[in-house]
Amino acid sequence: MKGILINYEFCTGCHSCEVACKKHLELPAGEFGIKLSETGPFEYAGKTGADHWEWTYLPVMTKACDMCEDRTAKGKLPMCVQHCQAWCMYYGEVEDLAKKMDGSSRCALFTR
Amino acid sequence: MLFDYQEFLDGIDREAYHEGEWQWEEDGYTVTRTYTYSAPGCHDSCGVLMYTKNGKLEKIEGDPLDPCANGRLCMRCLNLEEGVNYADRPKWPLKRVGARGENKWERISWEEALDTIATWIHDNLDAKGLGRESIFVNHGTGRNISSWVPFLGGACLGTPNIGAIGFSGYSCYLPRTCGTAAGIGDFPIVDASEGHADRYNNPEWVRPDVVVIWGCEPLRSNADGYLGHWLVACMQQGTRFISVDPQLTWWGAHADYWLPIRPSTDLALALAWLNVITTEELQDKEFIEYWCAYYDELKEHVAQFTPEWAAKICEVPADLIRDAARFYATAERGAIQWGLAFDTQVDSIQLCQTVSNLMSVCGNIDKPGTNILVRNGFEINPGYATAQLYCDPETFSKKLTVDLVHPGCTQFIGMADCDAVNRAFETGEPYPIKMFWSQGANGISCSATAAPRVHKMLEKVEFCVVADPYMTPTAVAYADIFLPLKTTAERDSMRVWWTPLRAMKAVSEWYEAKSDEELIVALGNKMNPELFQKRWPTLEALLQDYLDVGFNLYDPETGKSYKSAGRSKAGMIEVPDVHTDFWKKHHEDGTCSFKSLVEDKCGYEYDDFCATYRKYEKGMLRPDGQPGFATPSGRIELVPFATFGAWGIPPLAEHVESLTMKRWMEDPEYRAEYPFICINGSRSYEFFHSENRQQATMREFHPMPLVKVSTQTAEEYDLKEGEWIWIENTEGRCRQKVHIDPTLNPNYIHAEHGWWFPEQEPAFPHLYGTFDCNINNLTASYETGQGGIGNPLKSVAAKIYKCTDDVNEPSPGEVVTKLGGFRDDYVATEPFAWTHDNTTREGGRF
Repeated sequence: MKGILINYEFCTGCHSCEVACKKHLELPAGEFGIKLSETGPFEYAGKTGADHWEWTYLPVMTKACDMCEDRTAKGKLPMCVQHCQAWCMYYGEVEDLAKKMDGSSRCALFTR
Repeated sequence: MLFDYQEFLDGIDREAYHEGEWQWEEDGYTVTRTYTYSAPGCHDSCGVLMYTKNGKLEKIEGDPLDPCANGRLCMRCLNLEEGVNYADRPKWPLKRVGARGENKWERISWEEALDTIATWIHDNLDAKGLGRESIFVNHGTGRNISSWVPFLGGACLGTPNIGAIGFSGYSCYLPRTCGTAAGIGDFPIVDASEGHADRYNNPEWVRPDVVVIWGCEPLRSNADGYLGHWLVACMQQGTRFISVDPQLTWWGAHADYWLPIRPSTDLALALAWLNVITTEELQDKEFIEYWCAYYDELKEHVAQFTPEWAAKICEVPADLIRDAARFYATAERGAIQWGLAFDTQVDSIQLCQTVSNLMSVCGNIDKPGTNILVRNGFEINPGYATAQLYCDPETFSKKLTVDLVHPGCTQFIGMADCDAVNRAFETGEPYPIKMFWSQGANGISCSATAAPRVHKMLEKVEFCVVADPYMTPTAVAYADIFLPLKTTAERDSMRVWWTPLRAMKAVSEWYEAKSDEELIVALGNKMNPELFQKRWPTLEALLQDYLDVGFNLYDPETGKSYKSAGRSKAGMIEVPDVHTDFWKKHHEDGTCSFKSLVEDKCGYEYDDFCATYRKYEKGMLRPDGQPGFATPSGRIELVPFATFGAWGIPPLAEHVESLTMKRWMEDPEYRAEYPFICINGSRSYEFFHSENRQQATMREFHPMPLVKVSTQTAEEYDLKEGEWIWIENTEGRCRQKVHIDPTLNPNYIHAEHGWWFPEQEPAFPHLYGTFDCNINNLTASYETGQGGIGNPLKSVAAKIYKCTDDVNEPSPGEVVTKLGGFRDDYVATEPFAWTHDNTTREGGRF
């Protein structure tokens, strides 16, 4: 089974995945194949440094997502993965992606 | 760590992406591998695959085989097709037929447009004995424009007066280039491996240990030829961060240290960091011993600037200042990423020099993972100074310079002095500006500080030409002739900003629009045929000249060659050979051509200079080929006695407050009236300055201008998310929609810049709504720091109040375009009505 791994620790919320997907699927205003969720920003009391703030983006795949079947059949990357500026998206076999997760930073693995 | 560059490269199906091909057919499309360089666009140039059908751009995607951006594209480039094919894009030259601001136009031919311009200049300037210096040429940023428009100004129109209208203090980038050149002699950028074609795999490259993101949001701005997301790749590889910013950004939330300093107190912080580093002996002693000068003088000077002293000014704890300084200084490889905030304060030139010192004393210069010294690839350097090469010397000597308006200051920048230009418009001194040429710029919506004041200047200009891909508020308000420009998809052009040299290849057509380059060829052959017939009769000749000599001067009759001093700096120098390094590398193998760059090189080529570390050890920086830096002494001058001395700038830095901030801190009544420091101009992902507002997809994500207020402010003023509010001070007012930011200091608000609404009424008083939402209704011109550098436009005082019916009329558009403006008491050289001063320094005047 194919999946998309998101190393969302590093997602910057830049919207590239959303627009890349919308253009490819030709979705009208208000519809998305992948949509950012935003958590924070808020502070953790008593914490300092990089643990002080929570401000996390996580792109969520919608029902419209077909993982770019037509592109991947030709050897191309899914649009969101190809254009992810933060370099936090990976496409492949779920088993391989699961192995790629190493516990060093927060990840989510999406399948259809 | 999940990031693995080799795994990424190995995973690309090279056949699917047609490696090595510049153009192919695919599913009924022609696909072209090229680079974008706007308009619409930004400062950068990312590798793209453009999909066209019947001469029309249908879609675009990033090119995973491009080493600059690795296929990763921002939302604006992904949406390029909407900008290129915008239905209301002007299709042919236009002549104004109604009054200015009525938006009534008549289609004319290019021949008639150029004839009209040439005839007007002849009849109203040349025949009346007025010099060409009475023409002011204005340009925007990005879209590789600073290479081309100054050249147009000098070579086609013959004027030395080129710059940005209303842009007091040159408050973008020039302060950084000059402030750092004074001490280091070259320009430092953070090494995220961008100098190497093999990028993160380069065997010499090491990721920085600590990067300071200072007055900058590189993810959103991608400013200055630098892709901010490169730094996220570094973060994944272990780089840790310090954020210096009044606002919490993504970096602040992910940093080891966030220093939310009061706006425009950066110099106090920088001096305190130097104090910590020098008193705690954290400096790189060996680097200073071998490569720097005046360390003892610097150490003695900064001894007074303790973290406790800075804490009171910056309003952050002294321990935080100390800890962050140690974190940066003790990193083996540290680097500083600086942004526009450095240019938008009266401390600007000394701030830029002082932060350069933070790089230097820690030895973070030109080593892997530090601030590397970069130049434009292949020594291709057209810029402001190019105008000087082709402008008549007598006319050039009349250039509007800083000393005309700030006596005692010395002009050292290629651009005309922005305040001297303001004064010429306002007073006709030392001569009147009769003609305004604006190319790829929407000044009154965007870069012009004191925009209502600039409107008063421009509404009476005798003749105005606006060249742009889109009809803009600036065009509707002032243009007598409108010239349609091509976008990136239609342009054959090139640019270097550091490395690599990149070509953009035209893939589509737009009616009668011309590219900036085609406009230069057409206008030059009309206005200056003797020169243009000889050197640039065609677009092909112009593009070849760029690659061969970068528009520098070669006179076969005298054998003499001259080159401009560089991208921003003033002056020209005689050299034995003006050929670029690209020509030297490729003229013999027959690939020194635009065609070869596009087709054989797939649109790009890296040069060796930016890829080489420790250039100061290798004799690569100095004209004499000796080791050292391109400074008078050959060492990094930590106190730039010689250069700042020549520029009339005190070599030892001291923090001063702007007029507004001084009054805000000292005058309780003023502060009660205007309780907020209004930061402004931070960028958003959807827009490059005033661009992209036509694009439905960008507006879906970001429909309206937003003013950020704190949670506390929202409660005090009973403000709801999305509610319109007025923002006002002594200079004027505008309105934007509330966004509540729980992380914002309650003393601050933040307003957006660059707004207009292409879907709204163009004619006066509405003018696409641009004045209604323009934060530059609240900024002021004529106030600058040392050297005439830096206007404090990002820290203005303001009050806010609800948009209720009883206070909504008249609208700012009505006030500015119909009722004479917010103020009728402007005095040239004075920013405000409440003081005659234009600086807080002794005497009150520059």
